[in-house]
Amino acid sequence: MAIKAPRRKFRAHERLDSASGLGERQEWFRVSGRIFGVLGRIRYDPVLLFFLMLIATIGLVAGYSASEQSVIWVEKSAFRFVLAFLLMLLIAQIPQRFFFAVAPWLFVSVVLMLVAVWLVGDVGKGARRWLDLGFIRFQPAEILKIGMPMMLAWFLSKRPLPPRFLDVVLALTLLAVPTVLIVMQPDLGTAILVMMAGLFVLFFAGLSWYYVLGFMAIISAAAPLMWFYVMHDYQKERVLTLFNPMADPLGAGYHTIQSMIAIGSGGIWGKGWLQGTQSHLNFLPEGTTDFILAVYAEEFGLMGLIILFSLYLAVIWRGLYIAAYAESVAGRLLAAAISMTFLVYVFVNAGMVIGILPVVGVPLPLMSYGGTALVTIMIALGMLMSIRTQRSFLGHER
Amino acid sequence: MSIRDSFRDSQHDALNDRSRGRRIFRRRVLLAALIAVIVFSVLIWRAAFLQVDRHAHFSELAEKNRIRTLVIPPERGRIFDDDGRVVAGNTATFQAQITPEDATDLKHELVILQEVLGLDDDTLHDLRERIRFGRSFDPALVKSDLTRYEMAKLAQLQPWLPGVDIVSSLKRTYPYGHLFAHVVGYVGRINVADLKRINPDLYQGTQYIGKSGIERQYEDVLHGTPGHKEVEVDALGRVVKVLKITPAVPGQDIHLSLDVPLQGIAAAALGSYSGALVAEDPRTGAIKAMVSRPSFDPNLFVDGISRKNYQALLNDPERPLYDRAVTATYPPGSTIKPVMGLAGLQYGLVDPNKKFFAGPYFQIPGDKHHYRDWKKWGHGWVNLDQAITQSCDVYFYDLAYRMGIDRLHEFLTGFGLGEKTGIDLPSESTGLVPSRAWKRKTKGQVWYPGETVIAGIGQGYMLTTVLQLAQTVSILAESGKRQRPWLVKSHELTEPPIKLKNPVFWQDVRHGMLDVVNSAHGTARRIAAPYLIAGKTGTAQVFTVAQNAEYHAKDLAKKLHDHAVFIGFAPYGDPKIAVAVLAEHGGSGSGTTAPMARRVMDYYLGYQPSKTVKPEFVQHGD
Repeated sequence: MAIKAPRRKFRAHERLDSASGLGERQEWFRVSGRIFGVLGRIRYDPVLLFFLMLIATIGLVAGYSASEQSVIWVEKSAFRFVLAFLLMLLIAQIPQRFFFAVAPWLFVSVVLMLVAVWLVGDVGKGARRWLDLGFIRFQPAEILKIGMPMMLAWFLSKRPLPPRFLDVVLALTLLAVPTVLIVMQPDLGTAILVMMAGLFVLFFAGLSWYYVLGFMAIISAAAPLMWFYVMHDYQKERVLTLFNPMADPLGAGYHTIQSMIAIGSGGIWGKGWLQGTQSHLNFLPEGTTDFILAVYAEEFGLMGLIILFSLYLAVIWRGLYIAAYAESVAGRLLAAAISMTFLVYVFVNAGMVIGILPVVGVPLPLMSYGGTALVTIMIALGMLMSIRTQRSFLGHER
Repeated sequence: MSIRDSFRDSQHDALNDRSRGRRIFRRRVLLAALIAVIVFSVLIWRAAFLQVDRHAHFSELAEKNRIRTLVIPPERGRIFDDDGRVVAGNTATFQAQITPEDATDLKHELVILQEVLGLDDDTLHDLRERIRFGRSFDPALVKSDLTRYEMAKLAQLQPWLPGVDIVSSLKRTYPYGHLFAHVVGYVGRINVADLKRINPDLYQGTQYIGKSGIERQYEDVLHGTPGHKEVEVDALGRVVKVLKITPAVPGQDIHLSLDVPLQGIAAAALGSYSGALVAEDPRTGAIKAMVSRPSFDPNLFVDGISRKNYQALLNDPERPLYDRAVTATYPPGSTIKPVMGLAGLQYGLVDPNKKFFAGPYFQIPGDKHHYRDWKKWGHGWVNLDQAITQSCDVYFYDLAYRMGIDRLHEFLTGFGLGEKTGIDLPSESTGLVPSRAWKRKTKGQVWYPGETVIAGIGQGYMLTTVLQLAQTVSILAESGKRQRPWLVKSHELTEPPIKLKNPVFWQDVRHGMLDVVNSAHGTARRIAAPYLIAGKTGTAQVFTVAQNAEYHAKDLAKKLHDHAVFIGFAPYGDPKIAVAVLAEHGGSGSGTTAPMARRVMDYYLGYQPSKTVKPEFVQHGD
């Protein structure tokens, strides 16, 4: 359905902007854009960028401590962050139209790659996750963390919303095929993240509450079945360890126990930067990657955690804000799904570190040192910025 | 309805549809924001629980993780003889060890080490395994007890052997080997039995514990107090830094009353006999020599005796591990006679000047059994002095019979027989002075008068240790004054003296003992010396000769020979040394053991030029 009434379109735009007071601000950026020339034309969301950079800075500060005060580590990490932020800004320059144009092709090719992984993939750490294309070796499943919400957002935006039964079934099929392929790798963590991302899209698309509650019921019912038929022993062990870490303090429970000791011994104000004993004496494993939050919490205490969590909340808040004011249906669905996926990342990692979730290899966005995950997150955030800044290019809701 | 209207309616519917979708979306975004707030609240609530509620608990755990207390074992006190010679000391031994993480080329270094230290393939294999399974920063022992040549060679090759260190440790050594094996004892690895009698906290890091003799008796003095080192460690246990050091307090040195040359002479005097010699200073109770033969090398026990060596010691028919000076008990034989004489005087049963006719045997009135004298024809008319001098059995048979077992038991017990002397050694035996009560208790039988008769000459049930004999002769030398025998000086040593009705009684008996050595009929007359020795010979019967048979030493296997005993003190007028010596299967006291005592007294009283005593002595059976 195409509405070819520029006036109306403009009015809708204006109404939105005046409601949020964004119009003037947007104007200000245009002005500054002229002042700074080409640089000023770079499209980005300053609020989001500000919070992200703060988190990245905290990540470097905590990482310096966690890496045994290695300047080399900080340099490497800072370099990665710079590259990642550039990637994010690069993505932000791409019209969101383009994302949805490539979404189906990307989705189909990734699913094909997952099949290829299933058939000929490389084995690493006991799981078949990697695809070696000769010049690059990567995990196709990682792409789906963005690819899946893109695909569903594109698909649902072409349908009347709230989605009808048939559309829901189709969307769920699109969701299920790659998820099952990822579970078979096996990579339960990624599968759950991919599925969550897809379900968020459905949820924001206005999926009836009956469906939502139905899903929850099915998931609750499926959990025991997953336990017996899908989960591997090491995964079960991690879950069991969560409930009783002391059962095997030097084995399965070690990470959880040491992490809780690090956090707990930090107290309200923390032991001070570079003063954490748990991390510096290597009791805390994976200090610069998955458990960097424990290092941070040990040295900066509860206050540090509150500040950091506030920053994450601000990022998510901003993401949801962008979603709420996005003009295109696909854009707002994608933006909301990305924001909530970000929340899931933070929650799963922080929950693991503070001992309320099992140990899974989910990094803390912008804090954990890691290549692939950082790239994925930055691409997603870049899309968020693109959705925020390129309304006027599209100017319509499709 | 115009087309335009319907178009507007459809537009309106579409708008409605869109705005409905947007409305739902906005509601859900708000919900999502709420969820985000809830999620972070949960995280912060949980973090607050860990960091506020359980902060103390986790802080403690973090400290426990971080801080280890290492023990610095104290250096064991040394043991010296009377003259400051080291009898038990600590010598540095050197061992080579390799720290795998410091080695640049472990394989190559192991090859060099194998060549230089002459390691066999098994040892090398074992070393490789230990390196593989050990922690990379923990040094692995390559070889202990390095020779000087090996140390020099390793030092020379140091540039090619990074990670290889030579470290020293102290090893307990007994320079005199066999000579002090029983009295000084030895240390060994701490075993389960030892753990029960020690405070494990004090023994962390300590390798040795006293197992016998002085080493065991004065364990708490010698051991010292361990020090502590508080260190910060990382997750692998590697020490990161030292936080606090409390140095160890070394064990105290101990000075023994023993004298190395005298001990050597005593051991040499015993020669190839199994037996014991104890020399005591009667004035102080100081034990100047205490020898038990055969002996063993205590150095074998220090680092854990090998199975083969231990079996050899256990299976030796002469039982070298058995301490014959304080643990073994023997019938005292005739050496008890001076004490019996004193008892007779004390109870008024004997008039020292009255003669008694001693025939070839003694008979209990109404009994046919002959209690025979050692002298086939008897001694004839003898007084107390002569009875002691000639060791007249019949005289003392009669005396014991008249005294009765109760009084005999009372008097001998008063002399300290049948009781521990209280010497500072762990394995002292009590010996035995029989009594009616004792026999009823252990054998469930009544006392027979005949048993009293043979008790009068130190046979039958009566058992004493050689130390008790030395203590007895010391009391005789000092006319009743008693000092508890000791090896290490302590305070409460003087014991209440033995009071007799008339102090002259002492003189009567002591004079008898003087005559044993210094009269024409004395049994030990052949050891008469330039100074006056008083003594008493004895033979402890190993088996009983049948009523009508005669004892022919030559015809009997050595095993059945009587034990030879001698007790004596010198000089008579001012006793400075009291000696008790027992030689198993030595035959007669006069022939075998009295000369041994003489040699010890000669040296002690300066009648023999002092010779340098070498640490090693002829060992029994050599």
